Amino acid sequence: MKKTVFLGALTVAGLAAGASAAATLDDVKARGVLNCGVNTGLVGFAAPDADGVWGGFDVAVCRAVAAAVLSDANAVTFVPLTGKTRFTALAAGEIDMLARNTTWTFSRDNDLKFEFVGVNYYDGQGFMVPRELGVSSATELDGATVCIQTGTTTELNLADFFRSNNMSYDPVPIETNPEAQQQYLAGACDVYTTDASGLAATRANFENPGDHVVLPEIVSKEPLGPVVRHGDNEWGDIVRWTLNALISAEELGITSANIGELSGGSNNPEINRILGTEGELGAMIGLDGEWAKRALMVGGNYGEIFEANIGEATPIGLSRGLNAQWKDGGLLYSPPFR
Amino acid sequence: MSNTTDLPPQTSFKLSMLINDTRYRSLTFQFIALLGLCFFIAWLISNAVVNLENLGQDISYRFLGNPAGYDINQQPISFSSQDTHLRAAFVGVLNTLIVAFLGCITATILGVFAGVLRLSNNWVVSKLMAVYVEAFRNVPVLIWILIIFSIMTVSLPGPRSFRGDNATATMLFDAFAFTNRGVYVPAPVWGSGSLIVVLTFVLSVIAMIAYRRYATKVLYDTGRLLPTLWPSIAIFFLPTILMFFIMGRPIGLDYPELRGFNFQGGIQVRGSLIALWFALSLYTGAFIAENVRAGIMAISKGQTEAAGALGLRPNRIMNLVILPQALRIIIPPLISQYLNLTKNSSLAIAVGYMDVTGTLGGITLNQTGRAIEAVLLLMLFYLLISLGISAIMNVYNNAVKLKER
Amino acid sequence: MSDTNANSTVAFVRHDTIPEREPPLGERGLIKWLRENLFSSVTNGVLTVLSLWAIYLILAASLPWLLNGIWDAPSIRDCRTILDGARGGCFAVLTERWNQLLFGFQYPSDQYWRPTLAFILLFVAFAPVMFYKLPRKLLIMTAVYPFLGYWLIWGGSIWVPVFAAGGFVAGYMVYRQFITRSFAIAFFGAIVGAFVFWWIADFITPVLANLIPIELEFVKSRQVGGFMLNMILGVVCLSLALPLGIILALGRQSSMPIIKWICVVFIEFVRGVPLITLLFVANVVLAYFLPPEANFDLVVRVIIMITLFAAAYIAEVIRGGLAALPTGQYEAADSLGLDYPQSMRLIILPQALKISIPGIVNVAVGLFKDTTLVSVISMFDLVGMIRGPILSSTDWNGVYWELFGFAALLFFIMCYGISQYSQWLERQLATDHR
Repeated sequence: MKKTVFLGALTVAGLAAGASAAATLDDVKARGVLNCGVNTGLVGFAAPDADGVWGGFDVAVCRAVAAAVLSDANAVTFVPLTGKTRFTALAAGEIDMLARNTTWTFSRDNDLKFEFVGVNYYDGQGFMVPRELGVSSATELDGATVCIQTGTTTELNLADFFRSNNMSYDPVPIETNPEAQQQYLAGACDVYTTDASGLAATRANFENPGDHVVLPEIVSKEPLGPVVRHGDNEWGDIVRWTLNALISAEELGITSANIGELSGGSNNPEINRILGTEGELGAMIGLDGEWAKRALMVGGNYGEIFEANIGEATPIGLSRGLNAQWKDGGLLYSPPFR
Repeated sequence: MSNTTDLPPQTSFKLSMLINDTRYRSLTFQFIALLGLCFFIAWLISNAVVNLENLGQDISYRFLGNPAGYDINQQPISFSSQDTHLRAAFVGVLNTLIVAFLGCITATILGVFAGVLRLSNNWVVSKLMAVYVEAFRNVPVLIWILIIFSIMTVSLPGPRSFRGDNATATMLFDAFAFTNRGVYVPAPVWGSGSLIVVLTFVLSVIAMIAYRRYATKVLYDTGRLLPTLWPSIAIFFLPTILMFFIMGRPIGLDYPELRGFNFQGGIQVRGSLIALWFALSLYTGAFIAENVRAGIMAISKGQTEAAGALGLRPNRIMNLVILPQALRIIIPPLISQYLNLTKNSSLAIAVGYMDVTGTLGGITLNQTGRAIEAVLLLMLFYLLISLGISAIMNVYNNAVKLKER
Repeated sequence: MSDTNANSTVAFVRHDTIPEREPPLGERGLIKWLRENLFSSVTNGVLTVLSLWAIYLILAASLPWLLNGIWDAPSIRDCRTILDGARGGCFAVLTERWNQLLFGFQYPSDQYWRPTLAFILLFVAFAPVMFYKLPRKLLIMTAVYPFLGYWLIWGGSIWVPVFAAGGFVAGYMVYRQFITRSFAIAFFGAIVGAFVFWWIADFITPVLANLIPIELEFVKSRQVGGFMLNMILGVVCLSLALPLGIILALGRQSSMPIIKWICVVFIEFVRGVPLITLLFVANVVLAYFLPPEANFDLVVRVIIMITLFAAAYIAEVIRGGLAALPTGQYEAADSLGLDYPQSMRLIILPQALKISIPGIVNVAVGLFKDTTLVSVISMFDLVGMIRGPILSSTDWNGVYWELFGFAALLFFIMCYGISQYSQWLERQLATDHR
């Protein structure tokens, strides 16, 4: 007896997520909130601060999409997900998009029926060792004990790397980043391996970051990007082009500082098209004309988001590297807004 | 008279009798219940079919035959990343059984000691045991696992500390290394003729048991008390040692040695296994201690007094009179504690111990995304283990049960 | 005789009694106690020394760490600077993040009084159930609490819980109306009555909420976390599992083979698998088996699974209680001409439940401890908060002992309290036995 009302009541409280079938855009608009799956806590990419406000590089993508669709960068419910739960949560419609440093792979795209809408960070798996070990290359790691976070592609890459180099190793799988760090610092493993960005973030947290070196080898390609469900192309397009707008804006020099001025009209037609003063791009993806402008107002363009969350001025201190614009020798190359 | 009232009138069957007549009502209820259950299951399955169709997925166990692609650190059977997911799951199953087996043994020893000592008239000891029992019973096992794993990691030295001239840690007897990666112990090397030594050892164990039985029989038949302690020790050790030297020392020891990054050689008992094993034994041991205490207290005081009147010494009273009787009360809850320990071993993922939840329910599930299939298999495995343990224990329980009437 | 003795001249004995002498040193005071309690035999002595040594080791390791602790610092780095190499805990993490540990990191901080009040009222609600000497009128509080507690924690319009409660009242009215005729009619009538009421209330509530807007800020389930989540899961799942457990226990004792068979399979299945696999089901599998449009929140799914889990264990405890009742009670109920629902309701269950209370309390403690497992499926309960946001934040990366010690302490206080209550209750109930 008690059960029915409790379940009923809790369902009311339980913000039942929308149907998973199609028309995610309509669901999000009707709900007024974007449900975005993020990491349970990786400094720089997605982590709540002391007040419980989420911040980070992945979080910024969620906020940009929310701003584009709902005109409110704060209308996002962040759903923290582990490596295990992220895909089910997306498949079951619990979240509308997944921005949890997820590597774009063939099987995830095709076997799991998801759609990677682009790449917001080009990463690769690296190794970190204590300086006192005197190791200068990953090929010298034969017989080492390696700490890995489970549930990621790193486990598979690691096995491939050591096998192809005919080396043996002793894997120590760990659930969370802090625990892996504890193990590594206590010397329970010689090497810590994860995405190079994660290594940098972890190392930045150490008492003496200088005692540890990140080895030069990058043993895998890890294109990390936002993911949506297969089959809802309209929604996929919105997330894809919001990301592209952030990238294009940097290329075209639209920043949060000059966006107000530029939206008055400029002599670059592409800027005008992005900001909605020229053409009907917004209507084509089912939004109004100023969608990209709102997305850019949240945290600025791609470069600004990068610098604010994981750039060289932050404790994480990542350089742009592969994530520079194509003009600067990086891989970021947004298709044109036309 | 009674015939007419007792026997229901032989009227024809009416539909309303399904509800009003107690003879048929239970049939109606069961039918409705069965129907409801069938509808419920059909509803679940049809939902699953619709959902999977919408997502373009299917249910298939073909992934079990694909190469796993990941490595497992503790391999009771050999495993490489090219082996299948099925083999990975099987390695996980063996690892679960290992930690459950070790845990059950140590938990029983700890529990019996703590339970008996808690009833000791030694104030310090009984209070210390009370603190142990209460502390472990009232804090979640997950927290204990994490704490003990942390203690191990932080307080034991890494292999690096053993290196160099100013090493901060040394090996015990040059044979045992306690590191935060695990404990390294010498491994036996089996030379030719070692089989005979092992056989001798097995035979001497059997001989020792036979001797003790004989001594008991002599005691019961004639009242003569044969010495048991020293002869037992002699039978236990002497023949094996003799045979060992006769065969020219066929069994050697492979000592662990620091080479490269790690200790090589010997047997490594992994840190994650030790932490999980310890935490589970300490936690379950506290519960077993309570069962033991309750079992002992349930034996009426008259038994102790009677045994005392016969002139038995206190530890003999415990061993010969109280514990055998208490055992009957202790065994059933003990079985459920063993089951709990086995089920709690699924928390291994918290310390990165690769049990079946870590391989099949962890990495395999993550890498293949086959959630339904993996979780169903996982539940099936635990169900089989639970039913197996309770079946074995029930047989034992029936064997020791008091044969009344 | 004494007279003659006193006056006689035989060898003088003594006039007055010897003053009592103190017992020998070994037989009194502390030494006697020590000798009898600690050193009564060699083994005992060795055990005592060993125990004292163990206690010394534990204290030597923990006391400096406790006493030298830093309670005020903004981050672990500052802690290390202040300590400057000395041993000491960095308890500042507790003073800085206590709110996140208790309420989760997303619960609005200006609303903390709500869960706190709900927590205090929980004791008021439980008191009349736990201590049967309290006035029975307090039971009203117990009946109101589920709705009040829900409203306090999740907020929203007050009319939702009010009408939810109204449904129960309506159902009870119908039940009262028909109970004299037949239990089955009354029971199903009550369900129908309640649902009709809720159906009507569905239309009234929004209107009323607009007219008389009494409401608290709405908090989503996702924003609930920390120790509060453990408490909610424990209390909600236990109270839902109790009725379910009773039904399962009765089903398992039933003479109807199919019903008995269903209950046995369910109970043995749930008891045979670890809770964590059931949580995996809640997390990654259950979504596939629910209709696509009804998408339960993770908290609700977890509540469903933990409830089923606890119900199976409670069912076994109650089955023990049912089995422990003398057959005479069943026969007496039958001979009075009571039908099955009546005999269960009036004769059997009240006695069986009374016997089972200590067992149920044990299940409750176990269930409460098991709520920490939700951290494994990325929910931020107390342990999840520690392992997730707090330890991965730049400020507190590396503070393990203080946080886990705090968590252990919280759970210890709650569970030890409950188990002490259980023992007290056992003594109360055991009066008739010895």
